[in-house]
Amino acid sequence: MAAPYTSRHTRVRNRSISEGIVTAELVECRRLPGVDGLWAFIGADSMIFAILFVSFMQDRLHNAARFDACRQTLNMHLGGLNTLILLTSSWLVALAVRAIRRDLDDRISRYLLWGVLTGVMFVVSKSIEYFQKISHGITPATDTFYMWYFVLTGIHLTHVLLGISLLTYLWVNSRRGVYNSSRQVVPECVASFWHLVDLLWIVLFPLLYLQKAI
Amino acid sequence: MTVWRERVTLVWVGLMALTCATTWGLSQDLFSPAVAVLGIFLIAALKVRYVMLDFMELRDAPTPARVLFQVWIVAVAAMILAFWFATPAVT
Repeated sequence: MAAPYTSRHTRVRNRSISEGIVTAELVECRRLPGVDGLWAFIGADSMIFAILFVSFMQDRLHNAARFDACRQTLNMHLGGLNTLILLTSSWLVALAVRAIRRDLDDRISRYLLWGVLTGVMFVVSKSIEYFQKISHGITPATDTFYMWYFVLTGIHLTHVLLGISLLTYLWVNSRRGVYNSSRQVVPECVASFWHLVDLLWIVLFPLLYLQKAI
Repeated sequence: MTVWRERVTLVWVGLMALTCATTWGLSQDLFSPAVAVLGIFLIAALKVRYVMLDFMELRDAPTPARVLFQVWIVAVAAMILAFWFATPAVT
């Protein structure tokens, strides 16, 4: 008989064997949060961003001096702050999912609300950065580096806005007590998407803001 | 549920610390560009790994999915660093 194992990812299945002996068979149940289709989307989106990262590096290969000069005009401090904001938002949403699984109703909506508010903080910070650039006459048409800066951060910002909308939807529902340990698939899907938004920024930030030239 | 005892909280604290180390440490002129860029992207890859494993819960996912997403991290970091080292020096 297998040794007892108490992880929440295992379930014990009792199986009758001849002569009335009951054996506990351990079956490990590894699973992806949410639904499989969402993970196909996350995989595809990650591949698209990987291709964009390659294309950016290819353009940089031929214009390293120009890319480095433009990079230094970006506000590294604001970029770093944005990373801290998104990490915090991701953490709060991860806590919300865990609160749903444990039926801690009072905490679910609170974590989700803070997740939304930190997402909004990222949008405000990014808007300030765009405003600073555009007020100095810098647009996507200025040169190749700024084209990439606006395209990459713009596509990412679209993800952020979609994520905030979905988190707001969750927050509204959570206030009505819609989610609990037996209804957690939708929050898991939204949370996984929000973490994707976070991890894409973790790569984008050093790619655009911190990549010194030799 | 004590928030500060949660694994995700420990991971979040680590990720915040690593972000501060790269943004306001490694990116300064204390290091050569090669050391700085290598460190910055290796740390970024590590951060992405922990976001995947703990926030996205891939630690508890089926092995093929976990491997596939971690291959993405290695491929992206390797590609960026390969291009960076292949780029001619700025004069």
